[in-house]
Amino acid sequence: MSDASLSKETISSKEIGPKSSKDFATTPKRRSFIAQNPSVLWFLLALAAFTLGVTLLSEAAGSAVISTSFVKTLGKTLCLCLVAIAMDVVWGYCGILSLGHFAFFGIGGYAVGMWLMYARTEAIVAENLAGQIIPPTQAEISDAIASQIFGVVGASEFPLIWGFSHSLILQLAMVILIPGLLALVFGWLAFRSRVTGVYLSILTQAMTLALALYLFQNDSGLRGNNGLSGLQNIPGFEQVPQAQISIAFFWASALALGLGYVLFAWVLRGKFGSVIRAIRDDEARVRFLGYHVESYKLFIFTLTAVIAAIAGALYYPQAGIINPGEVAPIASIYLAVWVAIGGRGRLYGAVIGAAFVSLLSSWFTGGGVPAIDLGFYTIQWTDWWLVLLGFSFVAVTLFLPGGISSLFDRLVRKET
Amino acid sequence: MSTLLELSGVSVTFDGFRAINNLSFQIGEPELRAIIGPNGAGKTTFMDIVTGKTKPDEGRVLWGDKGISLIGLSESRISREGIGRKFQKPTVFEAQSVRDNLAMALRNPRGPLDVLFYRKSAQGAARIEAVAEQIGLTDALERTAGELSHGQKQWLEIGMLLAQEPRLLLVDEPAAGMTPAEREKTTDILVEAAKTRAVVVVEHDMEFVRRLNCKVTVLNEGSVLAEGSLDHVTKNPDVIDVYLGR
Repeated sequence: MSDASLSKETISSKEIGPKSSKDFATTPKRRSFIAQNPSVLWFLLALAAFTLGVTLLSEAAGSAVISTSFVKTLGKTLCLCLVAIAMDVVWGYCGILSLGHFAFFGIGGYAVGMWLMYARTEAIVAENLAGQIIPPTQAEISDAIASQIFGVVGASEFPLIWGFSHSLILQLAMVILIPGLLALVFGWLAFRSRVTGVYLSILTQAMTLALALYLFQNDSGLRGNNGLSGLQNIPGFEQVPQAQISIAFFWASALALGLGYVLFAWVLRGKFGSVIRAIRDDEARVRFLGYHVESYKLFIFTLTAVIAAIAGALYYPQAGIINPGEVAPIASIYLAVWVAIGGRGRLYGAVIGAAFVSLLSSWFTGGGVPAIDLGFYTIQWTDWWLVLLGFSFVAVTLFLPGGISSLFDRLVRKET
Repeated sequence: MSTLLELSGVSVTFDGFRAINNLSFQIGEPELRAIIGPNGAGKTTFMDIVTGKTKPDEGRVLWGDKGISLIGLSESRISREGIGRKFQKPTVFEAQSVRDNLAMALRNPRGPLDVLFYRKSAQGAARIEAVAEQIGLTDALERTAGELSHGQKQWLEIGMLLAQEPRLLLVDEPAAGMTPAEREKTTDILVEAAKTRAVVVVEHDMEFVRRLNCKVTVLNEGSVLAEGSLDHVTKNPDVIDVYLGR
């Protein structure tokens, strides 16, 4: 240590000395992570209470106040909340308006769906062939599975990308590796060329569209627009009723959301969070401070892509089906709308936005809201919901730029 | 005093306009230097070249004891080499507290993982306090930077530069929009900083330059017109012709 810094320390310790009581509050001497981020604790408590409440009221617990299909809807909503906080981190905190994070979500769904379809079809094929006098060879079984799965697109052989589909572990690794690598390569190319702002949004949207168009092709190896189906049937758990499977996935989704929330809150705490928000506000200035901005963006882009994929991997077994339409660019735009309505730049804002808008959306489009007869015209909400959503988005942007969650700030400010 | 930064034969052209024309000069360490010149003389472009924002068409920019070339290095790499820059318009991170602004600037490893696993230390906090003292923002540490006055923002930005502990500090018009009292304080901060490092100040205001009491380089049309004490250069007929005479 040089004498210059030594003398600085002695000077400052003299300065700090007399007002040490004040300094205790400001010098963060090993204060626990939760103590510094009380909202994380509140969020986890609320999530735990919600999970427990839904479990007790579910069919699996015997009371059946909440139907199994609604448990699935709630479980799916938790997954959407997880992808929404990922979107909030990349957009609200780091300022990258990615219109491709729902593509990563979809890839996660496809990756897990491939194993689910393979393993279940294998079980069915094995059952069908069991009665034969001559036991079927491995090749025969494999061919039978392939023609079962790919018959709808006129193929009867496994494409190369199904190479790992027999193994749950490998497919779960694909959930992380494929979106992770895609985000890493895409992000590296885009950030290195200093593509920012609306141009980057367009680029991510183009990536999403390209992926969707690829998946729509029958010879993509992923069953074209049929997508993957029957994903709600979990191989090895055929005897377990859906009421219990739905609760298991609900819990897994809640756990993933809780862990994701803590992970992001931890990443965004302290100095790393400071740098990320600084990149959002003035990227060039951060560069002149000596930070390699591209590395930081790439880190956040890739991390959020992986979390989005994990959310997707939990979502689609609850939805039961995934098709290329899910990956279409409009889904990623909805994601941005949820986060904007909920409130950018705070994690719970994204959760509120995603839960509120997606539940409201299924209520309106699922026939939960009666049509309004105006005499000359009847408003059918399945058609008009999007119009309502569009107006709400405009209204929030104009009158509540901080989103729904900024209302909390107003309440807190009134109290103090 | 040894040479810290050396430009030789640097030229850069934007759409046919020669912003910098065969510019050569040196900065020592420690040194306080003022650069003056009419609009379009190439003052800001000079800073852009040194900090890596603009690549020169020809010429050399050599840095430090080993004389490494700065041309082609990224802005962040040049900053880590020890060159800090203050912009004309105060650019601090307005949404964050003064403390967080200074903490980001502190001389520490800059890699994403270093920063992710960074733990706040007593030395770091002490360093922030010391810088805050130097720029007179001790009482404003917990305030949001956006709430500060224009002058305070300028000081915060200078404080961020000091926290980076650069060997060379490039300061673009630090006194713009300041009250006389604020100007005086800014002068003091810069003169103090220049005792241990090189400080280059680009300034329009002659009164401010006089108070800095240092060697002056006059730029015109992208090259050095005159160099020396302020009195010396203001007597130079060429300088009077292109700049002071107007």
